[in-house]
Amino acid sequence: MTAQQWTLALVVASFALYIGIAIRSRASTTKEFYVAGTGVSPLANGMATAADWMSAASFLGMAGLISFMGYDGSVYLMGWTGGYVLLALLLAPYLRKFGAFTVPDFVGDRYYSQTARIVAVVCAIFISFTYVAGQMRGVGIVFGRFLEVDIDVGVYIGMAVVFFYAVLGGMKGITYTQVAQYCVLIFAYLVPAIFLSIMVTGNPIPQLGLGGVDLASGTPLLERLNGLNTELGFTEYTSGTKSMLDVFFITTALMVGTAGLPHVIIRFYTVPRVRDARVSVGWALVFIALLYTTAPAIAVFARTNLINSISETPYSEVPEWFTTWEDTGLLRFEDLNGDGRIQFVGPNSPMENELTVDNDIIVLANPEIAELPNWVIGLVAAGGLAAALSTAAGLLLVVSSAVSHDLLKRSLMPEISERGELLAARLAAAAAVLFAGYLGTHPPGYVAQVVAFAFGLAASSFFPIIILGIFSKRTTREGAILGMISGIALTGAYIVWFTLMHPELSNTDNWWFGISPQGIGTVGMLLNFAVTMTVSRFTPEPPEHVQRMVDSIRVPRSVA
Amino acid sequence: MPEDTTARHKEYWRRNIRYVGMLLAVWFLVSFGFGILLVEPLNSVNLPGTAYPLGFWFAQQGAIYVFVVLIFVYVKLMNGLDQEFGVSEEDGA
Repeated sequence: MTAQQWTLALVVASFALYIGIAIRSRASTTKEFYVAGTGVSPLANGMATAADWMSAASFLGMAGLISFMGYDGSVYLMGWTGGYVLLALLLAPYLRKFGAFTVPDFVGDRYYSQTARIVAVVCAIFISFTYVAGQMRGVGIVFGRFLEVDIDVGVYIGMAVVFFYAVLGGMKGITYTQVAQYCVLIFAYLVPAIFLSIMVTGNPIPQLGLGGVDLASGTPLLERLNGLNTELGFTEYTSGTKSMLDVFFITTALMVGTAGLPHVIIRFYTVPRVRDARVSVGWALVFIALLYTTAPAIAVFARTNLINSISETPYSEVPEWFTTWEDTGLLRFEDLNGDGRIQFVGPNSPMENELTVDNDIIVLANPEIAELPNWVIGLVAAGGLAAALSTAAGLLLVVSSAVSHDLLKRSLMPEISERGELLAARLAAAAAVLFAGYLGTHPPGYVAQVVAFAFGLAASSFFPIIILGIFSKRTTREGAILGMISGIALTGAYIVWFTLMHPELSNTDNWWFGISPQGIGTVGMLLNFAVTMTVSRFTPEPPEHVQRMVDSIRVPRSVA
Repeated sequence: MPEDTTARHKEYWRRNIRYVGMLLAVWFLVSFGFGILLVEPLNSVNLPGTAYPLGFWFAQQGAIYVFVVLIFVYVKLMNGLDQEFGVSEEDGA
């Protein structure tokens, strides 16, 4: 079978599986729709969280990004995993005890304020939509590259599948499809990684291979790559180019942003008990770590392979995969000095670089570079789709529950019936899928920056006020509202200024203290903390029933 | 809520905060400490038995492993604390 036939077969089979699961796990109550009836086992929830969390960007883009950034890529590795420690220790168990359906639910009740609830609804919807645009686009791109259909058609197919299980099954349907999607995506990620690791280092475990010896040269792999990088005028792979302060701030913003993302937080509402919520975060991180510790290994294997196989190679003798990927526009070669050879060099080299490599290619082209069988190529396509679809579904659920639960039930139409609310939730999910599809087919030209925005916003809005809501009884409604607004305003203004309005000014000279827009969420978070705490001191303390509520969420089971 | 229960809950909360503080100190040390602030001095040695520069290993591998361990340690500590204070969901609830 050809690679394309394999891809088609595996994609169709995996979609059939997701739809089958969706039909079996339809939601019949709002509790099932919002939080899967709180009956999900901690292990299953851990897997679902891992799939929910790992997006098209993690699956397709991250290894490539690290491959080009070297040590600087660590911000993603530590940032996108370290947040789970915060989630486990500071958020998940208490929010589970509170027993809400959504994040704005908690914010509105803890801060005894409809204004706080509405601010939270707006943040949750905005964060989720900015994030989902990239996912739908990811689905379209995978279809486009592997099955040669138009990207827009790919987006429509993705929409149809998500529509089916998100609208029908709500959280219940999403949870069990995410479990299946995790299995597909992790298998698809590890198989090529293991082959590559054996090929480059002789060790079948990529995490160990990365610290092993390069078979071709007999020197330690990282030392070998450092040498190649320096020779070609790049920075040493294991050292970075970003300032330490910026690395520090970006890592913090990503960690805190992760812990503040509503689609991640609500996954821990779905388990039966507080103790399940704690251990479930642990399982989630185990499943995430499996991919996140493999990615830096892929990054190094692929970069070493790439340099070895194409640097200074005459263009007429390039391997077959090179030409295939050139056709997609992900690899571009321009013979600037006319010597017929490929110069792939960095900024410190006297020569001009002639090769442009897209980040995504590192994962996409791996099977071909490593000359793996055709079915592996199909598997990578199915894995990329699983990653994108699972994240999209989780985000869409946040949007639908923010509308039907927080906006309708808790604010505008408190007397709405259970059936009415369930119908509203389905309609809101349907509308959200359509809007996400629109964003996927008409992508804003700056998807990557927009995703940074989602993290910055989550870090500077939800994280501080949820933490303070649990750990400081004295935190007041006025404090929380002003804190959220000032955090978002600062972060939003900084990102909009440097990425949308004046991208040409976005460099270390103009940034505050050298903090990039990616890291500004940390400053927004600190401002939010400061404002919330200060205002809380000067405003009347929260009412008695709220203080009692805080007492009760601090213990798993109240003694009568 | 009776006085003694409130006092016990306060003590439970104090112990919880202490555990969280200790674990977060380790969380900070392995990521921000070893992986970022001290990365250069640590890179002058390798992780024993491998070719990993130590700082780089913490930043791209080690910190993640420690994060996983921290969460499971927290689970174990808290489950014990729940038992000790009679607020575990296993009995009763």
